[in-house]
Amino acid sequence: MSNIPQDLKFTSSHEWVKQLGDGITEFGISDHAQHALGDLVFVELPDIGRALKVGESCAVVESVKAASDVYAPLSGTVVAVNDQLRHTPELINRDPYGGGWLVRLRPAAPAAAPALMSASEYALHTAQD
Amino acid sequence: MVDFGGWDMPVAYGSQIEEHHAVRRAAGVFDVSHMGIVDLRGARCRDFLRGLLANDVGRLNQAGKALYSCMLDEQGGVLDDLIVYYLDDDFFRLVVNAGTRDKDLAWIGSRAAAYGVALHERRDLAMLAIQGPQARERSAALLTAEAAWSVLELQPFFGAQIGQWLVARTGYTGEDGFEIMLPTAEAVSVWRRLNAAGVRSCGLGARDTLRLEAGMNLYGNDMNEQTNPLESGLAWTVAFDPPDRAFIGRAALEAIRARGPQFRQVGLVLDERAVLRSHQRVLVPGVGEGWVTSGTYSPTLERSIGLARVPVSTGMSVQVEVRGRAMPARVVRVPFVRHGKALISLV
Repeated sequence: MSNIPQDLKFTSSHEWVKQLGDGITEFGISDHAQHALGDLVFVELPDIGRALKVGESCAVVESVKAASDVYAPLSGTVVAVNDQLRHTPELINRDPYGGGWLVRLRPAAPAAAPALMSASEYALHTAQD
Repeated sequence: MVDFGGWDMPVAYGSQIEEHHAVRRAAGVFDVSHMGIVDLRGARCRDFLRGLLANDVGRLNQAGKALYSCMLDEQGGVLDDLIVYYLDDDFFRLVVNAGTRDKDLAWIGSRAAAYGVALHERRDLAMLAIQGPQARERSAALLTAEAAWSVLELQPFFGAQIGQWLVARTGYTGEDGFEIMLPTAEAVSVWRRLNAAGVRSCGLGARDTLRLEAGMNLYGNDMNEQTNPLESGLAWTVAFDPPDRAFIGRAALEAIRARGPQFRQVGLVLDERAVLRSHQRVLVPGVGEGWVTSGTYSPTLERSIGLARVPVSTGMSVQVEVRGRAMPARVVRVPFVRHGKALISLV
């Protein structure tokens, strides 16, 4: 069973989303996703300042097995990326919801947040995978 | 778990990269029971195999000696690659790939009768590969003193029959170690005793990264029926001498040799942060194109490596199309890693 924290939101493409306060949103890939990919070896992250549209491919996580696109879970501007992943991509395997975060962004329109899944909805979604 | 030639096999028991390092630095054990084990018995076994295989079983003149060979069709296409053990003058054992087992049995079986050779598939045997610098010592500790002595004396590519076991100093990782064929009923307890002795369980994933670092071909990826050994990095396994040995595929290979092969197999190293994968296009400016036949991330070298089939006149650098981008790759001689050490320069 993969770990699905109750306080996070999720996308059907296995990104998790966390509100950090100050209007900043952080996202990464779920425990289910890191487990399916296996040992991660490279991560490509977006440039700071880039404007992302929801659903847009904005990062690549590559494991020994396969490369996988990461999609922006909401529209916004990139304010930070996890530079530690460039040398220690295995942080995503070890701590997908903590040290393995990928991108922080300032949402374009907080009021118009897209429909993300709750933890229990995501648990159902992964069970069907 | 993944399906591999009809067998449910784990890609990794935990971290694939940690399993890989365990084999390079200490010892790991792989369940390779999916491999097909076929015993051949009959007074004319040797003659039969000298015609069946591209490498020359005539070179096996000490009991227990093993030989790696391709089995070809008449067009020189590779039906399979296998290991043949010479156990006695009327007793040889083949270890073949899981995915080709049925095809191999039909091919061999239809030709064996003419030589009075009987085939016996050993589905009653399991096979464990224990690999790594500490593998032999830790495996021998499971045996009686007398048996331990005889397996530790084995030279590379030799095997010894210990009761119902065949213990061979062979492998698919570029490290020292043993491959042990043993009755299936004993396999689980041996596995657990190996674990208890500090030998790490390793899955198919680590097996692939280890064999690729060692520059070893994988059947189905790096060669198949549509390719011949001369263009797949396996020319060293084809015994053209003596010239009067008529093996299946010989005429086709001699014709290819006479007109000159079009392709050759090379090792590739990617210094960019991306991973070579099979089927990626290899662009050789001014020469032509080839393709990656196997690619992975090398945990030892911390960058991507691969095997590729490229035009024979390819030089020292190429470009590989990785995820829509042409990336420069270096052409190198394989193996990439041997006995835990990098054999290529890291820039």
